[in-house]
Amino acid sequence: MSVIYKKIQQIVGPLLFLKNNHNVQYGEIVKIRTSEADEKIGQVIKMNEESIIIEVFESTQGISSENAQILFTEDTFKIKISDTDMFGHTFNSLGIPIDIETKKISDLDIVTNVERHIYGSPINPFAREYPSDVIQTGVSVIDGLFTLIRGQKLPIFSGQGLPHNKLASQIVSQARVLTGEPFLIIFCGIGIIEDEAISFINNFQKSGNIQNIISFINFASDPIMERLIIPRVALTTAEYFAFEKDMHVLVILIDMTNYAEALRELSSAKEEIPSRKGYPGYLYSDFASLYERTGKLKGKKGSITQIPILTMPNDDISHPIPDTTGYITEGQLVLSRKLHKMGIYPPFEVLSSISRLMKDAIGEDTTREDHADVSSQLLSSYSSALETRDLLSIVGEDGLNFDQKNLLKFGDGFEQRFLNQNIDENREYLKTFTIGWDILSILPRNQLFRIHQKYLDKYYIE
Amino acid sequence: MTELDENFQTGYISAINGTLIEVKGLEKSVKLHELIKIFNYNILGEVIQIYSDHVVVQCFENTNNLQLNENVVSLQEALSMELAPGLLSNIFDGIQRPLKEIYEGIKQSGFLQRGIEAPSLSRTKKWHFKPQKKVGDKIFPGDVIGEVQETHLISHKIMVPHHISGEVVSIVKEGEYTITDEIYFLKTKDKEESMMMLQKWPVTKSRPFRTRLKPQRPLITGLRVIDLLFPIAKGGTVAVPGGFGTGKTVIQQSIAKWCNADIIVFIGCGERGNEIADVLKEFGTLIDPQSGRPLLERIVLIANTSNMPVSAREASIFSGVTIAEYYRDMGYDVAVLADSTSRWAESLREISGLLEEMPAEEGYPAYLPSKLSKFYERAGCVKTVGLTKDGEEKIGTISIIGSVSPPSGDFSEPVTSTTKRFVQAFWALDANLAYSKHYPALNWFDSYSNYPEYLTEWWIERDIDWPEIGYNWYQCRREVNEILSKENELLNIIQLIGEENLPEMEKLDIFIGKIIRESFLIQNAFDPIDAFTAVKKLLSQIKLILLLYAESKELIQQGFVIEDIKSLTIINEIMKLNITIPNQEFLKILNIKNQLIREIESLKLISGVRKKV
Repeated sequence: MSVIYKKIQQIVGPLLFLKNNHNVQYGEIVKIRTSEADEKIGQVIKMNEESIIIEVFESTQGISSENAQILFTEDTFKIKISDTDMFGHTFNSLGIPIDIETKKISDLDIVTNVERHIYGSPINPFAREYPSDVIQTGVSVIDGLFTLIRGQKLPIFSGQGLPHNKLASQIVSQARVLTGEPFLIIFCGIGIIEDEAISFINNFQKSGNIQNIISFINFASDPIMERLIIPRVALTTAEYFAFEKDMHVLVILIDMTNYAEALRELSSAKEEIPSRKGYPGYLYSDFASLYERTGKLKGKKGSITQIPILTMPNDDISHPIPDTTGYITEGQLVLSRKLHKMGIYPPFEVLSSISRLMKDAIGEDTTREDHADVSSQLLSSYSSALETRDLLSIVGEDGLNFDQKNLLKFGDGFEQRFLNQNIDENREYLKTFTIGWDILSILPRNQLFRIHQKYLDKYYIE
Repeated sequence: MTELDENFQTGYISAINGTLIEVKGLEKSVKLHELIKIFNYNILGEVIQIYSDHVVVQCFENTNNLQLNENVVSLQEALSMELAPGLLSNIFDGIQRPLKEIYEGIKQSGFLQRGIEAPSLSRTKKWHFKPQKKVGDKIFPGDVIGEVQETHLISHKIMVPHHISGEVVSIVKEGEYTITDEIYFLKTKDKEESMMMLQKWPVTKSRPFRTRLKPQRPLITGLRVIDLLFPIAKGGTVAVPGGFGTGKTVIQQSIAKWCNADIIVFIGCGERGNEIADVLKEFGTLIDPQSGRPLLERIVLIANTSNMPVSAREASIFSGVTIAEYYRDMGYDVAVLADSTSRWAESLREISGLLEEMPAEEGYPAYLPSKLSKFYERAGCVKTVGLTKDGEEKIGTISIIGSVSPPSGDFSEPVTSTTKRFVQAFWALDANLAYSKHYPALNWFDSYSNYPEYLTEWWIERDIDWPEIGYNWYQCRREVNEILSKENELLNIIQLIGEENLPEMEKLDIFIGKIIRESFLIQNAFDPIDAFTAVKKLLSQIKLILLLYAESKELIQQGFVIEDIKSLTIINEIMKLNITIPNQEFLKILNIKNQLIREIESLKLISGVRKKV
């Protein structure tokens, strides 16, 4: 039996203060009704013998101390999941299907199979299986140099005005596992503006891959509380399909900066003591409670892989949001404003990017025998090429020797042909390696010191 | 405990705020830091504040769905570790719940559900116990009364607990026993007591010892830059700070694999789950060269990953060090690796925030330094309480290596700067070195160690005697430091005037500095030969470089130029020997040395001829 409660003592930002005179569960979900048409959702975040504090997930606008009815649901937050009816559709923060153009709840009929609590339980570290297989994104720089591993969390650090949305669309449209196992992409838009949301969904529909995609969208105009909910809704859905339905699930979270700002806003409304730049001290643990919902489990076929995408405020990689993220994730992919201005897409700052789980997962069994050597040589030669470019600006072209001129040619080739690719160009691993060897072969063979002799014999183009 | 036991005091929940709850009804009976249990949910908590009408409890798990007035019982003991055979090659969470047994017990789930109860150590597994005392023996705390071969690598000494002493009335025969079986009877002053292998110890209290000794043996890590320039003693403390991607975890894992401690306690504190999976996988397959057994057999793992409850994270480093003290008391050298102490400090900050305490710096509580010092002060080289089976004194050590994760790699932040006050060595990891793929990325100007003076004698005893080069370990250090700082100064000058314009002698400093950095300081943790450098190889490798330096100086004084020295073909061999010559093939290094001397002689000869012409 649900209890209805009528008197609110205080309203401060998203928080409601109620007098406590009945049994409420900690974390319980409440419904707040101000009129027939308007129902909001909130959660109990603090309680003692005198009062209950409720955090409202939506705007508290329109609530007065007299007009609201508060209904206690006697449970914490759950979402409904369907085995069959979710694929290809779009949902809001509460897991309800919506129509993307109108932002209204759609009349889609979903047969739900299960309900799950969205906060989940931590994975037992002993039950984890170390990730060892790959996901092909069709983007050369990722597949070739920073391979995405099933069970890995690999964020993209971007900046305002950089093409991370395009890149996200491209990855969603192209990503696949090559072993033929069932594969699902969960796209989670956090605080994104409407135009972007529509263009994402349209791109997915065009890709021909839409049946493998489930989207959750929280619009920029939606209340901040929902931003804190939506990644958990997406990840709970991902856990269900990965560990109960044996699917490999790739979760894209975009934009984590909006999430962190929502967290900060709530923290300040609760009058908590801020740590760096006003973000709460628990930013790390809170991020970890999302990012760590990734991985493979012993004895299970499925996996969860995450690509969280964030925009670095002022392109500052030491800002708390990218910094905290980098400490939890297994590597990072950094986008470069300089390359973007040169017209290179995707503009990867390759020297500060890394995929930490890659070394144990690539090679003959998953990608190709020469993969480790090729990626290490490309990075090392590109780094030398950049140094040579600096030198060029000091001494001029006449001051360079033959090898250095070659390196410059290699650098241009790397940016124009290996990094650069069309937004709808889906490159198989083989294609990526072919391009890699094409540009490596610009350099004299004896300078490719990171590549084993047998691969040079096999792949180097004289 | 399935029913409310009448002997236990009960109370009820009067407020909930995240993992902090207030309990009424226990304020008169509980002591600070004792455990309580929320009866219907099996959730444990620790009493952290006592007021006149309620107590404040920090729960070790989340409190969702709990209601006010829920029953709470006092367990009348502080958070304690179970100490007995079965700790090694096992994995526990921050409050010693056995993660492997929990996983195997509820096979259908790889997730940690709330309120799981399982004994930390198996009550049914039988161990082969060998008694080493007989009826009538007088025994005192810490005395070894028998042993169990816990793993192939480690013999577990069964010791008399710290609170008791007396005369052995009876003791079982050699055979198979569980840790709770009665193995001996002890007559104390006033009564007889039945004793078992299992004992308990509260985590926040350090185990007693007889005297603290000066640490004089190094903890050999196999990492050249550490063992030569910034060594740590057995019984020492060191902090390893570094921003993300600077290789903290690789250093920690590498030390866990190769260091010469007997026992490793690895505390994964608020870090990644996949890292724990990596450690389990790696150490299960890596073989100890001496015994041919998996390295996992000398390791106790404490895993409280970043998404596991924060309050258990706070406990985890004390849990780990308590287990370490227990093995130290047997007379072992124990290394405690804590990754990362920053996450632990953050858990303090979170709890302090919930308590609405007045923060000091960056939201950290004012008691951060005192808590940190309590952890690091439990390291040390000590003469333990009690005697071995033969009546000899036991000496054991705990070394603590704590990694620190400063936000944006800024070492002035509170956790790094506070830690610096309590540790004797500091391995500063540098993002720029890591960026240029110089691993291990220890910055040789910012790092320091206070141990070299203590360790020189040990190294001199193991010195290799080469007549051509008279430096011992301590002198090698000094020489290397000098070359590196000279090189650094010169590199600044070069930026202004170019290398061409330097005198030949300074070109030599730059050349040798480069050899030291690229072939000695840089070490590849993933190369089978390079991963671990033994004492003898380390000494010969650095002496070779210094010999080359000394001889070259002489040559340059005689009028040779740097290009003559660079033309020596043996230099290439010297630079590669870290990856080409395994530790045990010392003769090959000797050959290289002889070759070097021959090449220098013939250089002199040829040019002598040239000069005459």
